[in-house]
Amino acid sequence: MTDVVPTYHPDPEVLLAYAAGGLGEANAVLVATHLALCPHCRAEVGRLEAIGGALTESIAPEPLGPDALAAVMARLDEPGGPAAQYGVPRRQYDDETRRSVPAPLRDYLGGNLSSLHWKWRGRAIRELPLSIGDGTVRATLIRVGPGAAIPAHTHSGVETTLILRGAYDDVCGRFARGDVETATSDLDHRPVATADDECICFSVIDGPLRLTGPIGRVFNRFLKI
Amino acid sequence: METTTTSGTAGIYDGLVEAIATRADRAAFAELFTHFAPRLKAYLMRLGSDAATAEEVVQEVMLTIWRKAASFDRRQASASTWIFTIARNRRIDRLRRERRPEFDPNDPALVPDGPEAADRVVWTGQIEGRVRIAIESLPPEQSDLIRRAYFEEQSHREIADRSGLPLGTVKSRIRLAMQRLRERMEDLD
Repeated sequence: MTDVVPTYHPDPEVLLAYAAGGLGEANAVLVATHLALCPHCRAEVGRLEAIGGALTESIAPEPLGPDALAAVMARLDEPGGPAAQYGVPRRQYDDETRRSVPAPLRDYLGGNLSSLHWKWRGRAIRELPLSIGDGTVRATLIRVGPGAAIPAHTHSGVETTLILRGAYDDVCGRFARGDVETATSDLDHRPVATADDECICFSVIDGPLRLTGPIGRVFNRFLKI
Repeated sequence: METTTTSGTAGIYDGLVEAIATRADRAAFAELFTHFAPRLKAYLMRLGSDAATAEEVVQEVMLTIWRKAASFDRRQASASTWIFTIARNRRIDRLRRERRPEFDPNDPALVPDGPEAADRVVWTGQIEGRVRIAIESLPPEQSDLIRRAYFEEQSHREIADRSGLPLGTVKSRIRLAMQRLRERMEDLD
């Protein structure tokens, strides 16, 4: 896999919400994983954080209790420094998983790509629902065989997809590693993986997904919609 | 290109964090506390914390500053930006009970900055003053939208529902406000 800078990025107001701390965990995982693959958006988030720092600097101060400083000074020698924080060993992943799935998404997998409990959603499509945050949004990994199509679908909310490996084509263009596609409810799209490699993507859906077309209606039952 | 030297007060706080990193300087810590703790408390209360909880979280943020001072790098961000990110993350962990996902700069899968990154403007140094002037020069409805993006726990959808505006309109207004802010800041260069 060569390092290619992504072409498609999260919407500017989504990067702003990430920098401000206002995104839910699943969407924040998607943005942060895109940042690992996109120097352009990393720099942008850095600027948005600088605005946050400046705004906080200019906020009207709220006085603390008279003992607040003494209380925190008394705790400076407590153990709990960096060494203690990083004491928990991180799970080890194999090469394939480390190359395909950057942190922080990798930390949510719970195993290597080859050993996870993928659910078959058709001949060439597997899905792995992930438990991220409070569960109000759907977060899922999708693995599509070379040349296979994800059933046409629409959604009542916003579906954001980050491509981790391979590429797919749909009405909006070609999406490859690191690219983010944001599909709103009016987009009825049918992504097709390119023929040269399987395509793995991470998808976050605010609001229920609705499949269209005859195959889609069969899928709706799998998805319990 | 920006430089990291500053003629104003902002650089003082960078120096205080570095004094903690290099020599565990308690006086520097106390000075940082005096400046930042009341602002962080106000930030947390703006986002819905009661005063007692806000003070607890401020203490945790200040302890994190003490412990992680060695990871501060003034070429990456000013002290107030760095401290803002610590407070933001602590609030998410503690008050929203969610994890704050961040990319790992040492991840082998990370796509490194290209050679053009050196030319990119990094907002450090006198950023605070410039943002303040730029924000104040915006029409009130635009500066208000930007402050709300940072200081209110409201999704774009909630802002849309509350204001009765379509979601797309809310998003394009936020986008426009940010674009204006950026233009004003570039004018100040």
